[in-house]
Amino acid sequence: MSDGRAAILGNIQRALGRGELQGEARASCEARLKNHARNLIPARGQLPREEQIALFIRMALAVKASVSRVAKDDDVPEAVVAFLKGQNLPADVIMAPDPALDRYGWSSQKMLAIRRGKPLDADQVGVTGAVCGIAETGTLMMASSPEHPTTLNFMPETHVVVLRASQMVGAYEEGFDMLRAKGAMPRTVNLITGPSRTGDIEQKIELGAHGPRRLHIVIVDD
Amino acid sequence: MEPHSLDFKEAAKRALADTELQKSLSSFKAGFSLKRLEAIQKLPEFEGLRDEGIAIKQHTLAHLDFYLGRFAEKVEAAGGTVHWCPTPDDGRRAILEILRTHGAKTATKSKSMVAEELGLNEFLEANDIEPVETDLGEYIIQLAHERPSHILAPAVHKTKEQVSDLFFEHHKTRHLTEASDMVAEARQFLRPRYLAAGAGITGANFLVAETGSIVLVTNEGNAELTQILPKVHIVLATVEKVVPTLEDAATLLRLLARSATGQEFGTYTTLATGPKQIGDQDGPEAFHVILLDNGRSKILGGEFSEVLRCIKCAACMNHCPVYSVVGGHAYGWVYPGPIGAALAPNLIGLEEARHLPNASTFCGRCEAVCPMRIPLPKLMRQWREQEHEKKLSPPRFRLGLDAWAYLAKRPALYALATKLGIGALSIFGGAGRFAALPLASGWTATRDFPAPEGPTFRTAWKKARG
Repeated sequence: MSDGRAAILGNIQRALGRGELQGEARASCEARLKNHARNLIPARGQLPREEQIALFIRMALAVKASVSRVAKDDDVPEAVVAFLKGQNLPADVIMAPDPALDRYGWSSQKMLAIRRGKPLDADQVGVTGAVCGIAETGTLMMASSPEHPTTLNFMPETHVVVLRASQMVGAYEEGFDMLRAKGAMPRTVNLITGPSRTGDIEQKIELGAHGPRRLHIVIVDD
Repeated sequence: MEPHSLDFKEAAKRALADTELQKSLSSFKAGFSLKRLEAIQKLPEFEGLRDEGIAIKQHTLAHLDFYLGRFAEKVEAAGGTVHWCPTPDDGRRAILEILRTHGAKTATKSKSMVAEELGLNEFLEANDIEPVETDLGEYIIQLAHERPSHILAPAVHKTKEQVSDLFFEHHKTRHLTEASDMVAEARQFLRPRYLAAGAGITGANFLVAETGSIVLVTNEGNAELTQILPKVHIVLATVEKVVPTLEDAATLLRLLARSATGQEFGTYTTLATGPKQIGDQDGPEAFHVILLDNGRSKILGGEFSEVLRCIKCAACMNHCPVYSVVGGHAYGWVYPGPIGAALAPNLIGLEEARHLPNASTFCGRCEAVCPMRIPLPKLMRQWREQEHEKKLSPPRFRLGLDAWAYLAKRPALYALATKLGIGALSIFGGAGRFAALPLASGWTATRDFPAPEGPTFRTAWKKARG
């Protein structure tokens, strides 16, 4: 295996007409990695929080997600149940074992059956939080952890995401900084922009190819 | 994959006569290009992002050894393994060894053009491992035993009716008429395959040196299920995919989906770093990156090095007047369209690929829409020059070109020759058009040649400049 490494790197260095990168050039590449400076950020998402939320909602709706907004934590379970009812879906959910979701007082909805953990193939509705919402394109950032199995984002046909208004950012780069603040990169980070789709049959967009057919986002003010 | 690019002319003729294919291609023409235009009009910074994207790629390519080395170190620090594979043979061997070590009998796959370079499906089948394509388009063509005809929309050459027939034949359910039902049926048939797979194989859009992450963009979510459900995740990537930082990846991602499908952002952009971590309830237990060179390092620093900036968005083929009538299969290898014409001769040899750089009208749309501004017409022209120099084109064609070059370098003689030629054409071209002309049967077989009218360009130019 190390032979392959030497062969490829040797070929590259020969093509570039030099040996191993050294000195100032190497230091400048090292600095680039260490500083991870931002490039051009579109002005579109660089707004006050409330306008970012409005942009996020507009962009999410444009990619066929649905959004509801509630004023306080206690209103979240009702918003989730109302969405499920409106879609004719069972009030039976698999929820991420994420302590951040505990604050929403789920017991107020007597009809809502909740199991915590990772989904089975039969589970129809998954409920999770998110690392952040990204206003620029109406995108949600999810990171894998013991509290947030990635399969929850993809296996159930319906994905309900609870996002706090204070989790809204303008650009992807702000989300990356939130990941860096956690320490090591999580195994899987998903940037999710609307429900699953395909255009592979005559370029006509159909939802629910392999991931969720429905993506509902509940934004809770905080 | 074995190239068949030398058959381009015959394959193109067959494609033009294929009414089903022409039907599929006609709906394709307007779709992507219109959506791209709408998307970039919504982003005032698009040109600035292009400048920065090009600078990122140029910087990375100039320090490719450093960034690849760092990427590999970071993958290993996260618990993954990098397999450095100079040739496709090395790549196939490494993949087989991983699959055998883990006792995998089936492998789900998400779309990867590198897998096509490796001819991976045939290889796995020959070694008693069943590959299961999960991208809907790839699944369709796997059922049809065909090759992708487009790097994003592999089944763009298939009509809905053809897909319906294929599903009926293989799923043995009922004949479907709606695309939505076909999508649902594919979902239903593929879900158990994901859950039972011994390994998942994906491509990568970018490799991030800073973190050792691979970045994948999909719309279906199939690459995500492919990598998180089985015990092993194998990533196929070529060496030029590396970028320094997450920020650099973000800049290129802003260009990618807009240029490709006209989406503001792909539905799923997924970063994967190593195997699952302590306490994680899902994700693969092993993470392997097959880092394939397959001739890229030889392109670096040479006169075709700009092709290495390509981010595989397919905008060039989506806007190509030749691609849009002959389709992708005619090109006879993995990458069709203008980028294929510029890249393939590097990788499979000019002798095999010599027709491809000629399959261009030099209209320049490919370069205009390429987010990386790769000068595709210039690169194709360079290949045509090499074809001439290496005497790969037919002797009669070279003779004609040499005769023209002789005249073109001698203005007085050129003027005389054009005067005589035009004089002759005007005498015989009484009706204004020629239905047949000696030496020009290639043109007149399908359309008339107009008889020249008025002064030559040179005369008009002289007059206009006074």
